[in-house]
Amino acid sequence: MQIQASKPVAAEPVSGGFDIMAAVKDAGFAALVTLGLSFPILAFRTQEDISNHLIVVPRWSWPITAAILVFVGRFAAILFRSRPRATRAPTLPKAPSASATFLIRYASWFGVAALIAFPMVMVAALGAGGSLKWINNYGIQILIYVMLGWGLNIVVGLSGLLDLGYVAFYAVGAYSYALLSTTFGLSFWICLPLAGLLAAFWGIILGFPVLRLRGDYLAIVTLAFGEIIRLVLINWTDLTNGYAGISSIPRATFFGVPFTDDDDGFAHLFGMDYSPIQRTIFLFYLILALALLTNAVTLRLRRLPVGRAWEALREDEIACRSLGINTTNTKLTAFALGAMFGGFAGSFFAVRQGFVSPESFTFIESATILAIVVLGGMGSQIGVALAAVLMIGGTEILRELDFLKAVFGRDFDPVQYRMLIFGAGMVLMMILKPRGIISTRTPSIFYKEQKAISGSLVKEGHG
Amino acid sequence: MSSWQTDPLLVVEHLTMRFGGLVAVNNLSFSVGRTDITALIGPNGAGKTTVFNCVTGFYKPTEGRLALARQGIAAAPDVEHLTGTGARHGKSNSGNIYLLERMPGHEIADKARVARTFQNIRLFTGMTVLENLLVAQHNALMKASGYTVLGVLGIGGYKAKEKAAVAKAISWLDKIGLLDRADDPAGDLPYGDQRRLEIARAMCTDPILLCLDEPAAGLNPRESLELNALLRSIRNDHNTAVLLIEHDMSVVMEISDHVVVLDYGTKIADGTPQEIRNDPRVIAAYLGVEDEEVEEVEAEIDMAEKAS
Repeated sequence: MQIQASKPVAAEPVSGGFDIMAAVKDAGFAALVTLGLSFPILAFRTQEDISNHLIVVPRWSWPITAAILVFVGRFAAILFRSRPRATRAPTLPKAPSASATFLIRYASWFGVAALIAFPMVMVAALGAGGSLKWINNYGIQILIYVMLGWGLNIVVGLSGLLDLGYVAFYAVGAYSYALLSTTFGLSFWICLPLAGLLAAFWGIILGFPVLRLRGDYLAIVTLAFGEIIRLVLINWTDLTNGYAGISSIPRATFFGVPFTDDDDGFAHLFGMDYSPIQRTIFLFYLILALALLTNAVTLRLRRLPVGRAWEALREDEIACRSLGINTTNTKLTAFALGAMFGGFAGSFFAVRQGFVSPESFTFIESATILAIVVLGGMGSQIGVALAAVLMIGGTEILRELDFLKAVFGRDFDPVQYRMLIFGAGMVLMMILKPRGIISTRTPSIFYKEQKAISGSLVKEGHG
Repeated sequence: MSSWQTDPLLVVEHLTMRFGGLVAVNNLSFSVGRTDITALIGPNGAGKTTVFNCVTGFYKPTEGRLALARQGIAAAPDVEHLTGTGARHGKSNSGNIYLLERMPGHEIADKARVARTFQNIRLFTGMTVLENLLVAQHNALMKASGYTVLGVLGIGGYKAKEKAAVAKAISWLDKIGLLDRADDPAGDLPYGDQRRLEIARAMCTDPILLCLDEPAAGLNPRESLELNALLRSIRNDHNTAVLLIEHDMSVVMEISDHVVVLDYGTKIADGTPQEIRNDPRVIAAYLGVEDEEVEEVEAEIDMAEKAS
């Protein structure tokens, strides 16, 4: 008979059992860690006294409260987890059924219809004055980020190239329109394709040197390019007017008809009463059309050889080369097309604001757009749109939560907690849905039946 | 004269590959016959995969020439002339000649029509089986879609070309018995099916030379038999020469017309399976002999060769 070195397995009760001592020990340890961590941060507060000297005010109750809270929370968590798990089915990665895929498809058409009706419904419900905020701050702002997210989705989501400097192309588009319209007096409709072309051109210029890089290295170099473009905009004062930016950019017109109260203005031409909301509604439909164009082109490209090559590149670059795919060109087209849509969005940004300055194109913008793509589920168009609504709309909604002041006091401003909530949301996302909101991939072509592909099989790319 | 000498598809001459101080392949010359299944065998670390990577453009050889003649024969004077011009490939009186050592990897697959599979399977796991086979037809479809421009606008005959590409993919799936799994992700297939799918994917590029890196690795005996039939059919029905690395001697001896044996980066034998089976050098390399016996054995081999 063999002697088995058996360890007692008593520490983990099999089912139903609850070891109270172990739970107290675990929770006590967590509380101790909290005490140690929070002590230097929470236990002291510096204050100015009457003679303007800094004095240290101890507040011992704070770290102790934090420790007690953690103890109770940890204890409750262990209690909850030790319950029998018969009701909880094992969570295997499972692709959604065909009916779920269909629901998603119909949801997108429903969403488009709702978006078209959105400004009208808002004006009818809240009047011209009250609806401005909703159409402008929510509608247009979110749609800009949806479009940027869809543009970056080509590079990051489909081709698997991690680009941390996407905002550079947004800036190129915005400055293209600002400079072309103020210097040469070109109209928005001429500048829009030019801005897209210029951004695509810069996409290729920046794409060339970084094509040999992969993963982290690619991310760092694209990050640097994003900053370089911003620094050039700041320092090339002759052209860009530096920090002061370019102001008095011609505003959007309805195909040449200005939104003014004049006799040849939009309102008079169509026999309506003048209201500033008309321009905003026009801008809303403009960005909606641009975003839908981005979506339509991307969806079409996915079904063309170039789109399949992008996704194949994300899956396995070496296999792509063995099949005769020119990986350099394929990466460049992804960079160029992603940049082009960024350029379109940039020129819309300029025509909407009437003012551009380098401050609008900082790294945090790139990070936000990338977060939208990752949060949405890499490669999924609907996921990206949902993530943009969540991230940008969520930030805006924080401004509305005035009732929280009644709870936390007058000085409480929820907007200040934006990044904290943002970070917490990201952590939750990592735990609950690590592959993004929509974590399945829809095949670009099918023989008999379209089946969604589970995210666990789809690769993220190596940069 | 053997078929690989009279009608060679690929002529490898003095191929040497060094990685720093390590000589992985040393002055290797051999030919691959146009209508042959050629096996490249040898003990682990002999440099077989390095040869493959040189042929398919993943490595640039340190020295040597790899001339492939897609049509006609790579006649020595023509190859010499082309080498002198510095071009990567060119037309000659005897056919199109491609100097693989000068071409980047994707061009070797696209222009010289050499396809390959990998030792560790490299399928696009997150794409469906059908999509895998369509990606393999990328270059033809790209042309059909007007390099994307016409395809986005919906102009031109892309739809018809895509249908033809799907039909080709389906016929291959039918051949390898995976038709009912066409819409499943490639990563979901069992190992043996993934091996066959990778071969089908390589065949969808319409290769003239198919390079297989250990196609029978991890297959059970029944799957090995199916593989033998598949490889024979590739050679007979699709006019594609096969160059394969294989450890499974039942596969090698069963199907190959020509065997090249490598050991420590040098060729130790080259001939028909029957010749290789009885070659004392090969037996020594495979079964191994004690270090002190090496010279003894080599002397014996030389004696035997002189005698015969």
